[in-house]
Amino acid sequence: MDFGFKLSPSSAVNLDTVDRRRYDRLVQLEPDALTCIGCGSCSATCTAAPWSGMSVRKVILGLQRGRDDEVDAMLSRCMLCGKCTMVCPRGINTRHLILTLCRLDKNGEAVR
Amino acid sequence: MVNRTPVIAVIGAGIAGLEAARQLAALGYEPVLIEKAPVAGGHVAEWNRLFPDMTPASEVIRPLLEQTSGIRTCLDTEIASINRLKDGFNLVLSDGSSLICQAVLFATGFHLFDASKKEEYGYGIYDRVITNRDLEQWFNTRHDPRVDHPKAVGFVHCVGSRDIKAGNAQCSKVCCITAIKQAIEIKEEFPDAEVYCFYMDLRLFGKKYEDFYIKAQRDYGIHFIRGRVSEVGEAIDGRVVVKAEDTLSGKPVRVTLDLLVLMAGIVCNPDAQHYAREIGATVDEDGFLKSRNNLAAITESSRPGVFFAGACTGAKTVPETLAEARSAALAIHQYLSKRG
Repeated sequence: MDFGFKLSPSSAVNLDTVDRRRYDRLVQLEPDALTCIGCGSCSATCTAAPWSGMSVRKVILGLQRGRDDEVDAMLSRCMLCGKCTMVCPRGINTRHLILTLCRLDKNGEAVR
Repeated sequence: MVNRTPVIAVIGAGIAGLEAARQLAALGYEPVLIEKAPVAGGHVAEWNRLFPDMTPASEVIRPLLEQTSGIRTCLDTEIASINRLKDGFNLVLSDGSSLICQAVLFATGFHLFDASKKEEYGYGIYDRVITNRDLEQWFNTRHDPRVDHPKAVGFVHCVGSRDIKAGNAQCSKVCCITAIKQAIEIKEEFPDAEVYCFYMDLRLFGKKYEDFYIKAQRDYGIHFIRGRVSEVGEAIDGRVVVKAEDTLSGKPVRVTLDLLVLMAGIVCNPDAQHYAREIGATVDEDGFLKSRNNLAAITESSRPGVFFAGACTGAKTVPETLAEARSAALAIHQYLSKRG
């Protein structure tokens, strides 16, 4: 039935209900992911970012906030060149982190 | 004429006053500590452990008290009036006595911001909202019905700091690292709790502070969310609902918590302003006392014979305050030596 208006879903992140299983599994495998300070060096240096929106910073943040679809879209565009690893001030092996993440489904289970 | 030992009035017996008095006594002067509270030690004596090494506050306070035990200390004493004399000052104390001294040292410290002024955070309104000081009290006494095995805890940085509307534009400097310290302590006490820190910037300038931050992230899994809490409400079960923007993702975020800790900032002490005006020293625009020179003479006022040490001129850490107290004692020594 058309009421002439519709309700938009809320874009708010509810931390009470957010599903962090994939993130929790990731930090077990890659504990350095916890030390990200969101500085954006990785995104700024990313070769794929200008045309694809890839950003390791947003990948880690997206996992913490339960935005798996956005994360997967970004991961699929990474070319694994490793420039982000070279610039990370916290020494996070971001390239390895991306590879580890690609092997986890959104429940945090290993898929390949 | 009898050659008397010069007397120095030290206003405030917190760590700045105690350390300065100790040094002045060692230099051969007669310091007199004036403290309005019934006990010496100031804010640090109320704290449980100190960043970044988790040193018990008593380890700082106890030796200071022991080494100043021979110094005349007027507790429970306020200053009724201050008069400038030809070569010194006359302080009339609240017990009616009068103290003639050759120099005055302000070690008047700071006030903790009254968190209930930020009504949107609900301190004094909701049961689960406490301040950093309340939490330290709990670490000391383990007695506060508001801290009851929380499963989710939040820390709000910058409460009354960097907030022009709250009358306090400057950064309180020590709250970022205090929040991290308290978040770690909460996590040690309640390992299953999720702990969130809501910050605008993390200002971790001091030695070992950044290591402490990495430890909080990596070893304790504390969540850091960049965004200032906009409002706090109460859920039907008495828990508190916190709303903020996660400015890194640009999305609003909400979370329900069992305990919310407000990091009340450091603001000027109104008594210090009153005494400063009476003695003819200048109060700065930020409400703290104004040094003669913020780089080279932070412990000196623009009025000869009047000196500053510690947080009366702005937010300070413990080592900064102690170093300044020693520096002020030397400045007083040079001032009195020059006068002969």
